[in-house]
Amino acid sequence: MNLYELTAHALTDKLHSGQISAETLYHSLNQRIKDNDGPVHAYVLFQEEFPGIQDSAPKKFRGLPVAVKDNICVKGMETTCCSRILKGFKPPYDATVIGKLRSQGMVVQGHTNMDEFAFGSSTENSCYGPTHNPWDLTRVPGGSSGGSAAAVAAHEAIWAIGSDTGGSIRQPAAFCGVVGLKPTYGRVSRYGLIAFASSLDQIGPITKDVQDAACLLGILAGHDPMDSTSGDLPVPDYASALGKDIKGLKIGVPKEYFIDGLAPEVRAAVEEAINLLKGMGATIVDISLPHTEYCVATYYIIATAEASSNLARYDGVRYGLRRTPPQPRKSAIVDMFEETRDQGFGEETKRRIMLGTFSLSSGYYDAFYLRGQKVRTLIKNDFDRAFEEVDAIVMPTSPTTAFKIGEKTNDPLAMYLSDIYTIFANLSGVPAISLPCGFSKEGLPIGLQVCAKAFDEEMMLRIAYQYEQKAGWYKETLKPRTKL
Amino acid sequence: MTSATQQSYETVIGLEVHLQFNTESKIFCGCANQFGHPPNTNTCPVCLGLPGTLPVLNKTALDYAIKVALALHCQINSHIKFDRKNYYYPDLPKGYQISQYDYPIGHNGYVEILSGDHLQKIRVHRAHLEEDAGKLIHDAKNKVSLVDYNRTGTPLMEIVTEPDIRSAQEAYDYLTALKLLLQYLNVSDCDMEKGSLRCDANVSVRPLGETRLGTKSEIKNLNSFRAVKAALDYEANRHRTLLSAGQPLVQETRLWDEHEEVTQSMRSKEQAHDYRYFPEPDLVPFTVSDKNIELIRESLPEEPLKKFERLQAAYDLAAYDAGILIQNPELADFFEACAKQLSPGKKICNWINGPLLQELNTQKKTAAGIPVSPEQFTDLIRKVEEGAVSHLVGKDILKKMIQTGQTAQAIIEHDGLTQVSDNAALEAYVNQVITENSTAAQEIQNGKMQALGFLIGQTMKLTQGKANPKIVGDLIKRRLLHG
Repeated sequence: MNLYELTAHALTDKLHSGQISAETLYHSLNQRIKDNDGPVHAYVLFQEEFPGIQDSAPKKFRGLPVAVKDNICVKGMETTCCSRILKGFKPPYDATVIGKLRSQGMVVQGHTNMDEFAFGSSTENSCYGPTHNPWDLTRVPGGSSGGSAAAVAAHEAIWAIGSDTGGSIRQPAAFCGVVGLKPTYGRVSRYGLIAFASSLDQIGPITKDVQDAACLLGILAGHDPMDSTSGDLPVPDYASALGKDIKGLKIGVPKEYFIDGLAPEVRAAVEEAINLLKGMGATIVDISLPHTEYCVATYYIIATAEASSNLARYDGVRYGLRRTPPQPRKSAIVDMFEETRDQGFGEETKRRIMLGTFSLSSGYYDAFYLRGQKVRTLIKNDFDRAFEEVDAIVMPTSPTTAFKIGEKTNDPLAMYLSDIYTIFANLSGVPAISLPCGFSKEGLPIGLQVCAKAFDEEMMLRIAYQYEQKAGWYKETLKPRTKL
Repeated sequence: MTSATQQSYETVIGLEVHLQFNTESKIFCGCANQFGHPPNTNTCPVCLGLPGTLPVLNKTALDYAIKVALALHCQINSHIKFDRKNYYYPDLPKGYQISQYDYPIGHNGYVEILSGDHLQKIRVHRAHLEEDAGKLIHDAKNKVSLVDYNRTGTPLMEIVTEPDIRSAQEAYDYLTALKLLLQYLNVSDCDMEKGSLRCDANVSVRPLGETRLGTKSEIKNLNSFRAVKAALDYEANRHRTLLSAGQPLVQETRLWDEHEEVTQSMRSKEQAHDYRYFPEPDLVPFTVSDKNIELIRESLPEEPLKKFERLQAAYDLAAYDAGILIQNPELADFFEACAKQLSPGKKICNWINGPLLQELNTQKKTAAGIPVSPEQFTDLIRKVEEGAVSHLVGKDILKKMIQTGQTAQAIIEHDGLTQVSDNAALEAYVNQVITENSTAAQEIQNGKMQALGFLIGQTMKLTQGKANPKIVGDLIKRRLLHG
């Protein structure tokens, strides 16, 4: 077996015992990327040279490489959010999560592809071109963290980090047959994550199995004085939660998530998973989350409003792209702002900036943004009520398996609806994980989503791990895949 | 047009003051908050608004803001919430300013001012906390504009009055009173030249008796209190003239041109920004406890106007003297400490508002660190009163006390400055002066007493000021008239 095919927890033992060296592992992965990433295009930048390890780092994770989504700042490494407007931007600082990885001795392998500024569900909106799903190169890997998910699925990364604003970790994890975890809002510092929607964004792990997800979350999590929205709570030992069985746990199944539009194969796989959980001793409870139908609309009002403001800083003044029109139009400065933004942003980014600007505008604020926030509270209340009754909730991660490249690019609404099952977690702040629960007839992976109440990632991980071990899909998803 | 028509209009003014806090660090990052450093040296990824960075509120800035709001007699919103004010400008690195929209820290307050000789309350509509922007430097020669982000993220408080001000002079008086009040709080340099205190003015006029507000102009680029006054006078007159002529006014923002002494249109209401305010998602709203607010309230100093009245009443001071003392709370404290040692207050005031301030000024020292203790200072006054040293020598001693920090006694002993009141010792000097100035002596003997002052002066000069001038005068008279 090649080193790059192993999970992180398998590798830590080998690294720790000196069986393999960090350099060997790094170069094994680099070779894999060189051989394999052409058709997949998971990476937009990778470091050829072994970057070296922080001296003070403890032994456990020393030398483990991590693939990092292109919207997480790595000091001195071009970080662009896969947007032309940030071409050439090399952050002078590390994101807090990168600092945490480094202090554990881990090294950054490279930056992975994504939808521009995380605006998308297919990784097609990248200025570098799309990423292809390793299970079927004619299909999308999901998005926006499609590069990270594809890298892990294609064994081009041991593990990766992504960001999730409306499903951007979980949906690509489902499409690529890997594990993706969106932590509770505030569990992981956002400092250094280039903002899409500040009240929804979270960084989280994308891994080959649940054990690795628990391990990486443990490293990423914790209060950060640089992020006022990070929770000042102790970080539990997530690994120790995995081994407990799920007998007697109450698991909710929300009826609103099993509706028309849910692909029959996905429904069947998820229902089979629910039956397995029942067989493992969990009590399955039918629940209702009555405001589910408003999730997508609410999300696209709040997320685009925040995005329109967060993206205002890309004006050509300080970093990244700067353009001036060939002929002067207005004042020199306004010309520069407009031309830079016109040439720097892609179509979907412009669409979202306009949507967000509109809903914050004087005269429209009350009807859109303010109302959106009120509905968000109702959605959150749905979950608070549900978690009075159940320990966790399961549902599909996505209504379909991976769709074809180009299939939805001309239909933004259809694209937005592919987030229909993941948005709730960002609006309500609760943690959620996606893990494989089967395959379609075409051999495409299907994702099961498990969520728990805020800051109870242990419960979520415990159910996910117990299911994973019992169901055994990992034997399929972790199977070595030859050159694509 | 008659002047009677002109007078039938009323001017209505509201002021917006921006105050920079003198906190150690900026409002949302750890950068030094200092003026006058080389461009772009007090910056970091956070205040430069680099992608991925997040703000963290400086607690001291919040405490200062609560302090100011309390001093303005505002009601305090203990629910602390920030909002984003979105607009594009090169000096605004995030494309939005973090400010407060619907929950300003303070609202419904007032500032008491002394306008002419009557007390008046100018209501404060709101006072909120926000971050300052950077500074544009236009290099006309090279046709480029440069940005200095040192100022970006300086804690800023905006204080907005109700339209309660009725004249440019009253606006000037409000600003003077506000500045003094703010200086007492020790939260800002309040220096308009450095931009730590800035003012925009809203002005409109309306027929007397009308209760609705007229069409207003907002005036910007006011760099001194005098400019505020001049610009408001100019603008109110412009409005009156237009209205009297039956011409329409447009709501607009105008810039004060200090050289031409006119206002010029900058943008009309139609061109005004839609700031698209919304709650700042990077800062979690929180509540300040009543206990903390009370602690800040208890730390407030006595208000300048209260001090003004109290000093007059308690120490029987003239308004003029009390007025000088309250210009600086440290000076007033110094006075009060002295008044415990010596009375009447008037006597101390004469020494403080005269020689002491003069000397501090000459030596470029401030009242903040008077190097003389109240005990030493009153000891000096007492020595002059008792005739141990002359008034003139007393002033010299004070100068040395401020320079060296020595006591009056030490200086007197070291320099041998004790006033000579001993008749025998003085007679020799008097005899010498009379001999050397026989013409003047003759005049006195002829009854022309005007010359007496001259001879006393000459004796003082001869004794280097040490002689007791009263005894010298007696000796001269005795010698020339009774000898």
